[in-house]
Amino acid sequence: MRRLIVTLPTSWMAVFLVLPLAIVLAVAFAEATASVPPFALGFNLGNFATLVADGFYLGTFARSFVVAGVSSALCLVIGYPMALAITRAPQAWRGAFLTLVILPFWTGFLLRLTAWIGLLREDGWINTVLGLFGLGPAEMMYTQGAMYVGIAYCYLPFMILPLYARLSARDVALEEAAADLGAGPWRVFWRITWPLSLPGVVAGSLLVFVPAMGEFVIPELLGGPAAETLGRVLWGEFFANRDWPMASALAVAMLLVLMLPVGIWQWKQGGER
Amino acid sequence: MSRRALLGLLLPGYAFLYLPIALMVVFSFNDSKLVTAWSGFSVRWYIALWNNGPLMEATWLSLRIAALSATMATVLGTAAGFALAHGGPFRGRGAFAAVLSIPLVVPEVIFGLALLLLFVAGQALIGLPIERGFTTITLAHATFAFAYVAVLVQARLADAGTDLEEAAADLGAPPSVVFARITLPLMAPALVSGWLLAFTLSLDDLVVASFTGGPGATTLPMRLFSAARLGVTPEFYALATVVLAIVALALAGAWLARRVAVARESAVE
Amino acid sequence: MTETLLIEGLTRRFGGHAALDGLDLRVDAGEVFVLLGGSGSGKTTLLRCIGGFETPDAGRIALEGVDITALPPHKRAVNTMFQSYALFPHMSVAENVGFGLRHAGVGKAEAARRVAALLKLVRLEEFGARRPAQLSGGQKQRVALARALARRPSLLLLDEPFSALDRNLREDTRVEFLRIQRALCIASILVTHDQEEALAMADRIGVMQAGQLAQVGTPEDVYERPASRFVAEFMGMANFLPAVVRERGRGTTLLRLADGNLPVRSTCAATLGSQVTLALRPERLALGGAGENRLEGIVDGVSYRGATLDVFVRFGTTALVVRHPLGNGAGVPGAGAAVTVSFAADAAIVLPD
Repeated sequence: MRRLIVTLPTSWMAVFLVLPLAIVLAVAFAEATASVPPFALGFNLGNFATLVADGFYLGTFARSFVVAGVSSALCLVIGYPMALAITRAPQAWRGAFLTLVILPFWTGFLLRLTAWIGLLREDGWINTVLGLFGLGPAEMMYTQGAMYVGIAYCYLPFMILPLYARLSARDVALEEAAADLGAGPWRVFWRITWPLSLPGVVAGSLLVFVPAMGEFVIPELLGGPAAETLGRVLWGEFFANRDWPMASALAVAMLLVLMLPVGIWQWKQGGER
Repeated sequence: MSRRALLGLLLPGYAFLYLPIALMVVFSFNDSKLVTAWSGFSVRWYIALWNNGPLMEATWLSLRIAALSATMATVLGTAAGFALAHGGPFRGRGAFAAVLSIPLVVPEVIFGLALLLLFVAGQALIGLPIERGFTTITLAHATFAFAYVAVLVQARLADAGTDLEEAAADLGAPPSVVFARITLPLMAPALVSGWLLAFTLSLDDLVVASFTGGPGATTLPMRLFSAARLGVTPEFYALATVVLAIVALALAGAWLARRVAVARESAVE
Repeated sequence: MTETLLIEGLTRRFGGHAALDGLDLRVDAGEVFVLLGGSGSGKTTLLRCIGGFETPDAGRIALEGVDITALPPHKRAVNTMFQSYALFPHMSVAENVGFGLRHAGVGKAEAARRVAALLKLVRLEEFGARRPAQLSGGQKQRVALARALARRPSLLLLDEPFSALDRNLREDTRVEFLRIQRALCIASILVTHDQEEALAMADRIGVMQAGQLAQVGTPEDVYERPASRFVAEFMGMANFLPAVVRERGRGTTLLRLADGNLPVRSTCAATLGSQVTLALRPERLALGGAGENRLEGIVDGVSYRGATLDVFVRFGTTALVVRHPLGNGAGVPGAGAAVTVSFAADAAIVLPD
């Protein structure tokens, strides 16, 4: 019985997780053809060469890093005060507060994004309100800003929950001790609360950063043509250019780049124990 | 913390989260197609939604895929979570945990691409899957979601500790009885929330379904996405309101059920 | 008296560290055996090995003559009362208590009878339908005990059963437990770190240190005649003075304290010329008094204890604590006063160095 419990998920993972990634690696070395499927297996370094040589891809990587970084920071700025406030709320209310944070997540992110489209459009709600004050219509759709708002909107719970987990487990007595020793509220926060919450900050940031690097839908719907993230480029290579090997090579490169921060973090987590 | 300061920190965040939703609900009842002007209360968009054949079809497909993949994910995730929590240091445990975390960290585009290539290779080499569509999307979603379920199950089991299972064994229950009468009931909350999470993840997924689906299998997110690119109409808002209502009802139901159970327990006294 | 449990050479290692190191143990039928030790001494590991939750790396465990070393927990005639009680939250009290009977081949009617009888035994007759969440700590503890007794095990294991209760409750609960144990005559092994509890409850005590038994004996044995400094210190407060054995006679030994070469007579046997440690229990020392051993000193200070007074006496470079009983109008010496501390020869415990 015990063996079945381990074998079942293991075989599933082997077939549906390990094998596919191996195939991606194989196709990354293939050549694009006009056949079905549109590639011929072989040992072709051309895709990787293009990745490194062509400034477009390097630029995309850089841009995605920026997008992911700014998104994490944005989620942190909005989410940290909320997480902290919830830990200081009366015990009976905390469940409700947390549920309110997660509730939007259950309604599906595409629909919520359409709300933002409605808000940000040229004839959308924000511009309507602005118009009431005689202010000209602001061009908000298809901008970097719109994209960031969308990402923050969708990823906020992923920042708040780990932060809350870490903050709610903290020893409040430490803050009280600091206050007792003469530290004002701001100092208490900077010298005690913030440093001790860093593992939660890192966890939340990783949960936002890594998926944001490969985000496709939000830049596509809200961002402009300039918001070419890795997700959009990969999608484009695959669906528009029918260049599966290139898409695969890009995927491999993304994995290598992304595995690094995650790997380091996992390693440190293991060491912490 | 003072009530004021508390609200001060929370209100802006909640406003950010809920203002768009509130606007959607309000304007789903707007008679005008324009999302900026209010021209009277109307349910025409809900009727249009109901009559929207392709959208309803896509919804039905998505629900079926979600239910099936959630169930598969729950079975797989429970086994994986159990193996990690109670399996002890079995051989390859590190690799097991590492591979299990892949769906949690890998971007959806890569995940979708990888699975599609798997299905293509399968079709070329062994003739399976016969066509891409319902089955392939379900398999992909199950794979994606079961990692989340495993996390929930493992956390719950780690939290509960081994005491209760040891006590049951101490009292003469063989391992299968321990699992059935002690472990499973204790895991039940994690299993339920795991299923719901897997269901939502599947229902919400666009990227993986786009990669692993095929002609004839258009899911709700896929329909919404192509429609959204053309232009957002209040029909979207109607759909969003309906979903919100269902979720709110489900939550209220769960909350009520809890209250009833608690009341029943204290009435025993 | 037959033995219920016999353990030989039990060893259990975690990584490089031996939690149990070639341990031997015998528990007799019907006795209360207390395993006393600090954290890391291995007492919990030993209990878990007996219960079947840990597999020893070496050694043998025999229950009533049968080798159970390789048996899984559900096949051993041993039942455990867990420190956290481990009551099944999704079952009622009655279902908890009756849980073990389902797999003991006991019929439903008989099981219900036994559950009722057990609940009566622990004085919880009216609580059968309640859930663990509705019980107080003391009530949970009694349910855990009733549950562990349901299968009438040959051996009962208790893992720090009273540590979660407050002080007042603890005393009553101990008495209750002993009452039940005597009535049922079940051999029991009780693990604790509280030496007071061990002295109060045990028929025999096993003091554990670093995976081995430092001493096994009756409470008096272990308290009055500790085998080592570790055991002496663990069992209670004591004064320790280095000394040398100078003479040996019949039933009496003469020692000279390292400090001031003062003579002390002891009834303990010791090797001539050896360096030893003399242990003196504060309550066996008297101010003034007629004991054959006398030491002169100055009072450094006192500490009021309610029923007694701790008097700190200094002589030479040695500091002694004397526990002086109050309440009989006895005088309280002040700081700086000169006093004579006396004690009997059998109060002088000689410990090997």
